[in-house]
Amino acid sequence: MTTPLSAPTLRGGGTSRAFLEVKDLRVHFPTADGLVKSVDGLSFELERGEILGIVGESGSGKSVTSLAILGLHKGSNARVTGEIWLDGREIVGATEDEVRDLRGSEMGMIFQDPLSSLHPFYSVGAQISEAYLVHTKVSKKDAKAEAIRMLEKVGIPNAPSRYNDYPHQFSGGMRQRAMIAMALICQPQLLIADEPTTALDVTVQAQILELIKELHDELNSAVILITHDLGVVAETCDKVLVMYGGQCVEMGPVDELFYAPEMPYTWGLLRSMPRMDRDRQTRLTPIPGSPPSLINVPSGCVFNTRCPFTDRVDGDRCRTVHPNLEQGPTPGHAVRCHIPAAQRQEIWRTEISPSL
Amino acid sequence: MTDETTAVSISSGSVRSGEPLLSVRGVSKYFPGGGSGLLGRRGKPIKAVDGVTFSLDQGQTLGLVGESGCGKSTTGRVISKLLEPTSGEIRFDGRDIAGLKPREMKSYRSQIQMIFQDPFSSLNPRHTIGTIVGAPFRIQGVKTEHGIKAEVQGMMERVGLNPEHYNRYPHEFSGGQRQRIGIARALALRPKLIVCDEPVSALDVSVQAQVVNLLEDLQQEFGVAFVFIAHDLSVVRHIADRVAVMYLGKIMEIADRDTLYSEPLHPYTHALMSAVPVPDPRKERRRERILLTGDLPSPSNPPTGCVFHTRCQKFREELTDVQRDRCRTELPVLTEKTPGHEVYCHFPAPRAGLTDLLKTGVPA
Repeated sequence: MTTPLSAPTLRGGGTSRAFLEVKDLRVHFPTADGLVKSVDGLSFELERGEILGIVGESGSGKSVTSLAILGLHKGSNARVTGEIWLDGREIVGATEDEVRDLRGSEMGMIFQDPLSSLHPFYSVGAQISEAYLVHTKVSKKDAKAEAIRMLEKVGIPNAPSRYNDYPHQFSGGMRQRAMIAMALICQPQLLIADEPTTALDVTVQAQILELIKELHDELNSAVILITHDLGVVAETCDKVLVMYGGQCVEMGPVDELFYAPEMPYTWGLLRSMPRMDRDRQTRLTPIPGSPPSLINVPSGCVFNTRCPFTDRVDGDRCRTVHPNLEQGPTPGHAVRCHIPAAQRQEIWRTEISPSL
Repeated sequence: MTDETTAVSISSGSVRSGEPLLSVRGVSKYFPGGGSGLLGRRGKPIKAVDGVTFSLDQGQTLGLVGESGCGKSTTGRVISKLLEPTSGEIRFDGRDIAGLKPREMKSYRSQIQMIFQDPFSSLNPRHTIGTIVGAPFRIQGVKTEHGIKAEVQGMMERVGLNPEHYNRYPHEFSGGQRQRIGIARALALRPKLIVCDEPVSALDVSVQAQVVNLLEDLQQEFGVAFVFIAHDLSVVRHIADRVAVMYLGKIMEIADRDTLYSEPLHPYTHALMSAVPVPDPRKERRRERILLTGDLPSPSNPPTGCVFHTRCQKFREELTDVQRDRCRTELPVLTEKTPGHEVYCHFPAPRAGLTDLLKTGVPA
């Protein structure tokens, strides 16, 4: 068993926080063209043992969020405000050294493209051992043994000999497994997987998602799975957070999001996907337009420029007033939309759900 | 649209009634074996495509699905003669083009076009949109009624781009828009066949839907046939009329779309379909997943007998020893189970649990 180098400090303020708590996170990048508001007021909680899916398209801010949790914006010109509490430790205000300690030991991360995340000049085994050695005082020999054990655990055959292979000698699926081994070798309590299977074939994706679920069960860790694939979310996640234009527009338990979603963007996502388990539609229903520029975020509701339901709201509110994230009747289900709740549910029942 | 824009005529190539637009028979593409640095390793050819047979009618779409390394992209490039086939016959519009030299192929190039996966690398960054979409006219020496620019702008509008952006460069457009530019370029000379190599895989979900709709509309309007190469079974189901499933250079199963998705018979097709996540949490929780073990075998060293047997769940769990021997030693033949439905397997059979999931209707 590994022991993280730094012991957890007292829970802040005496109140019991969730294992991971993000409060009003904002990540802004000043650029020559203007201020890019990649994340603009994001709040959510996650307990150990839960798997949260963050869904969004390009430019929704989902990857920037995960980098903020990992403290990877420190040292860049990003302006990060808000609070991120991990197991009682605050990350936004922490120093680079403090966060580096946490990375690998408390938090593990898997990126989308394993080929660019692994160093091409070092053997895969050496890179995994290194992750272990950085956080644990053991001999190189012991670290190697642990790395081989992890490679076996993630399903890489002939682990002792594969330890010495280089990333280019692994297939895409195997590389991703090696990444998972590296991310989990110190048994972190939080795993962030950013589009871990997007670059992989569907059968390999199934294997990797199974593996993530198994290891999550074993460690009872918290998992954040970032993806644009609603099928993956339905398969793996307990809770879902839908991001658009740097904000959360809907959040709730997975069943709520798929059987009773209330935000027009979520409806749009569900309607624009071709799916194998329904009658074939003659035409897909895309969301018209494209995701907004994060420099010129639309005023009022972020989604109003593409929303087909702005006419259901009195006056001009969709364009002028920024809606708050409000709790719905079901616990944990929150929506950011001006359409009255009862009307939203009506629209879902009568117009959206039948067309899916 | 007037026919004056197609100044090239294809001699003696008119399709006789009943003959498909494209008929591929026993096509193979082998690449010379690469040395891995060790002596004696050279010489074993990489069988990227190994004996592929299918046909496509005018105005129809054939979906070619499979995972990395199955040979679908290579097949697409061989059909369009970007790569020369090692063997086999490619009959297009009544003529075997497999053996045609590049010079002889030129007249066919206006009729067979390609759309590529990556909207970023498939457009020359130093050319304007006008140059890119106008190039086919110049290369083929096609005379136009009102000038190439007018043709190009008409095409841009047809694919949903603003004709005023004629002088812009690719980097000024989004991924979805660049894909539209690629489509405009492919359609410029009104080809009979377009090979689409993963045209929507690199796009966001909502943009994918826009581009898929566009391709369908254009097919309606121009009567163009598509070979639609993809790994996403849900997208293929939406757009294809017939679907072929490939593995390690061979076709495992080929059928009409509805037949393939409701009654697949090949264990690999079953594995593929069971792996596709469906946006329905309750169904997902109840689902049986057929997990393939191991890695894809090397195409320079394919398994003996049925190329799929090393990863086949049926082979592992459901067959007798005698049956397994057959899979290991005997090459299956693509046999027709029902009219139009061909399977490459010694023991093809439907899989009950899978087809229940795929059955349409109100979810539980």
